[in-house]
Amino acid sequence: MGDIPETVSQLKNKHPEAISDVNRFRDEFTVLIKPDAVIDICSALKEDGFLMLNDITAVHPSIETDFFFVAYHVFSQKMNLRLRVKTKVPVDNPELPSVTGVWRAADWYERETYDLFGIRFIGHPNLVRILTPDGFEGFPLRKDFPVEGRR
Amino acid sequence: MQVANIEKHPEDPLSSTMVLNMGPQHPSTHGVLRLKLHLDGEIIKKVEPVIGYLHRGIEKLCENRSYHKALPLTDRLDYTGAFSMNLGYILAVEKLLGIEAPPRARAIRVLLNEIARIGAHMVWIGSSAADTGALTVFLYAFMVREQVYDLSEAAAGGRMTLSYFRAGGLHRDIPAGYIDMVRKFTDELPGRVDEFEKLLTRNRIFMERTMDIGVISGADALDLGVTGPTLRASGVDYDLRKVRPYSGYELYDFDVPVGIRGDVYERYLVRLEEIRQSNRIIRQAVESLPDGPVLADEPGAVLPPKERVMKNMEDLIRHYKLISEGFRPPAGEVYHSTEAPKGELGFYIVSDGSENPVRLKIRTPSFGNLQALPCMLEGRYVADIPAIIGSIDIVLGEIDR
Repeated sequence: MGDIPETVSQLKNKHPEAISDVNRFRDEFTVLIKPDAVIDICSALKEDGFLMLNDITAVHPSIETDFFFVAYHVFSQKMNLRLRVKTKVPVDNPELPSVTGVWRAADWYERETYDLFGIRFIGHPNLVRILTPDGFEGFPLRKDFPVEGRR
Repeated sequence: MQVANIEKHPEDPLSSTMVLNMGPQHPSTHGVLRLKLHLDGEIIKKVEPVIGYLHRGIEKLCENRSYHKALPLTDRLDYTGAFSMNLGYILAVEKLLGIEAPPRARAIRVLLNEIARIGAHMVWIGSSAADTGALTVFLYAFMVREQVYDLSEAAAGGRMTLSYFRAGGLHRDIPAGYIDMVRKFTDELPGRVDEFEKLLTRNRIFMERTMDIGVISGADALDLGVTGPTLRASGVDYDLRKVRPYSGYELYDFDVPVGIRGDVYERYLVRLEEIRQSNRIIRQAVESLPDGPVLADEPGAVLPPKERVMKNMEDLIRHYKLISEGFRPPAGEVYHSTEAPKGELGFYIVSDGSENPVRLKIRTPSFGNLQALPCMLEGRYVADIPAIIGSIDIVLGEIDR
């Protein structure tokens, strides 16, 4: 595991319970964490110098899977390092703590993820739909939502 | 503007806050953006940007088509600089595939990407100067913009929606005489930029309308997810072309302008200098353009040259399979970000090994930048809104996707 950045291995030592896996693909590092540790890990990352939250989004792997991945992309200018923090939430009760208290940028990204996937971010100040029109029903980026939409 | 309703201020029975809707159809919101303004007289107490009027579900559409059929959709993000959008997408796909374009294709990509940046900045300077009352600049900027369209057309065949790049290289090589066209453009451009400077930089009206207006600190901008020239004008030196070079940007010599004050005027100065620096990159790219093929030879992902398709059975089959089915990248996920004219453009692609992406998330620069608008507007006057919106240079096509 020598090629894993030092800051990630330190993080793993500090939070052994929270981080379930670290993997590498195409020189990108993905840190898989437990959903209840989102705030702890994100705060720790911000203290380590990951001042930029570039993106929050979710992935619904396929119509059969009963979970979503939620991915946070963070960047540290100091280390010139980008990390992907990923966690899993169940489709039948998709809830995660909001990281708007860590990075203010999370506000719209969490709203977008809520709008398109229906994942509720607990503690978000204004979790309402952002891209779809008023009165829209359903969550378009879930795999069970038809491409042509619903009438 | 329409008065929506007047709500009583909860604490003070004598004062009232008025809610005013600006947009979605308003000339200075640069597209279908609606601002819900909470006003106390002329002073903005609170702003809620309302977006989504141009949401076309591009990410959902991409999930249901092969990788190269998703490319034309990226043209429709930031349509003022479509080469940049294409490049961001193609580089992410190449990263996922683990392939690289040949040197000549990489250099042409840089060249066209910088031409796109100039074109996008021309739309910005024209429209944001018009917002502050300097209408002449608009006409001057669109003269240059027209040259950018001509250069795009000569290379890609289209003027606005281009889709010229392919995974592994380019659709075709640039035509004969193209380099001379670009040389003529780069020779004329500095003079044009000087004209903008003469019209604006020391223009008393422009200065008073932009200096110390819409100030945002570097720390606030970083925390709110601002990128691009808007972030750099606040003193944060973050340009992905330098920080994490792609497509051979490390080969070119250019400076990244960084501001201090983070106001509208500084953002103007930063973008103006970016135009000059882009011109410098284009000049270097033209002078050092390598020879060679413009498509990598990767049988699993890249189309064979057309002349071989007509003569060779194996190439015909390869062509047919790639067109009808598309290519299958390995299972995995990548996030690749590039410096688009407006800021960081990231493509997050999740693949399960099939010919369609499982998820294609587009992290667009204007979405992040617009989030900082309330921070710049609150406490200012209504009359400052056009100047401030103009200075963060949003395109609703990429915000709403």
